[in-house]
Amino acid sequence: MGINKITIVNYGMGNLGSIVNMFKRIGIETQVCDNAGGVAKAQKILLPGVGAFDAAMSRITAIEGMMEILDQKVLVEKIPLLGICLGMQLLTDGSEEGQLPGLGYIPGGTIRFPVSDELKVPHMGWNLIEEVNPNPLTKDLPEEPRFYFVHSYYVQVTNPYHRMATTNYGFDFDSVIQRDNLFGAQFHPEKSHKFGMKLLENFARL
Amino acid sequence: MLRTRVIPCLQLVNESLVKTVQFGKYGYIGDPINTVRIFNELEVDELCFLDIRATLEKRQPNFAILHQIANECFMPLSYGGGIRDAETARQILSIGFEKIVINTAAFANPALISEIASHSGAQSVIASIDVKKNLWGKYQVYSHDGTQKEYVDAVTWAVELERLGAGELLVTSMNREGTYTGYDTDMLRSISEVVNIPVIANGGAGSVQHIENAIRDGKASAVALGSMVVYQKKGMGVLVNFPDRVELEKTLAQ
Repeated sequence: MGINKITIVNYGMGNLGSIVNMFKRIGIETQVCDNAGGVAKAQKILLPGVGAFDAAMSRITAIEGMMEILDQKVLVEKIPLLGICLGMQLLTDGSEEGQLPGLGYIPGGTIRFPVSDELKVPHMGWNLIEEVNPNPLTKDLPEEPRFYFVHSYYVQVTNPYHRMATTNYGFDFDSVIQRDNLFGAQFHPEKSHKFGMKLLENFARL
Repeated sequence: MLRTRVIPCLQLVNESLVKTVQFGKYGYIGDPINTVRIFNELEVDELCFLDIRATLEKRQPNFAILHQIANECFMPLSYGGGIRDAETARQILSIGFEKIVINTAAFANPALISEIASHSGAQSVIASIDVKKNLWGKYQVYSHDGTQKEYVDAVTWAVELERLGAGELLVTSMNREGTYTGYDTDMLRSISEVVNIPVIANGGAGSVQHIENAIRDGKASAVALGSMVVYQKKGMGVLVNFPDRVELEKTLAQ
């Protein structure tokens, strides 16, 4: 498809500045957009997010026509969408963090990390990812791909075919997921040096 | 598993990069933007910036410099210095910094920590504690860049900051800062053992061995490096550098 402009959905949660900066560095145009009309014109969507699950879902649903246009773009037109961090969790059916249903684009749930003396929650810092299914997002990453994570909940997809990479924090959890044109990454590529740059470039080149 | 974060902690005075010894007079290091470019090339884990005079000079954070830093850096960033209200914190986060460092403001307005945490998440608030060991071996807390004594015990204050909603603690030994004599591991351990949030050790790093000590003996989750990453060696000229990765990983491997 070549390189399209990336439409970043701004629903008031998340650090958009860094994402825009990284795309700029790799020479890819972005547009930050907070309304359904803007998303309607999108060729590729990036769904960011930092914060609480219910707050995010209620902000998205509060934007007039946003849910409908997202469904139209990703389920009918099947344009690529990448959810990062909380944005990935929103793609699942729901989260233990809240009561509201998720977008339900990728079957699975979002679960709280168990409390333990050994491993602090949030899972915060640099960790490795291991590709478990070949996919365009983690293709040709530099060696020992490491990414910056900050999260207290993790995603568990229902269908193992949707699990593209895992990360170990006491156990293996899903750190990159994909279902057709829908992608999720639990870490922050925009804060992960050349590793994140490559992954975002891969998404831009889909 | 997670790597131990090794974080260059860089001191700013407005638009200059500087370095102090034991919170005293500062020496000029250079231009912060050139320096962060080097750290970006070196792919460091995270960067922390502290404007050490913003509070004393009653200045706002220098947004122009912070913008430039965020444009150059593709790693987690934190900033502290002169942040008195949640709106300023929000502005800094929106530039592309992940974390806000609060020290002095937490004494006048402890609710500020909770306010930032509830709006942007606990992971976005680092509470900073400057600790000085007095002649009798007691650990005293200071605010205003080490110039004002606060009548609270370091451990008690750490627990309170966690309760208020801080996601991490940056714990600095004023006695060790800039001295290359190693972290105060006793002080670090006394705090790390009573809080559940990560403690970032700061003040005194001079070698990879010191980093290991802070983690193993001080029970810190992460370490901050100051003089060690901006000078060639103790008493020598400016040289922006970072410890050898292989040596670091060998030392820190469990």
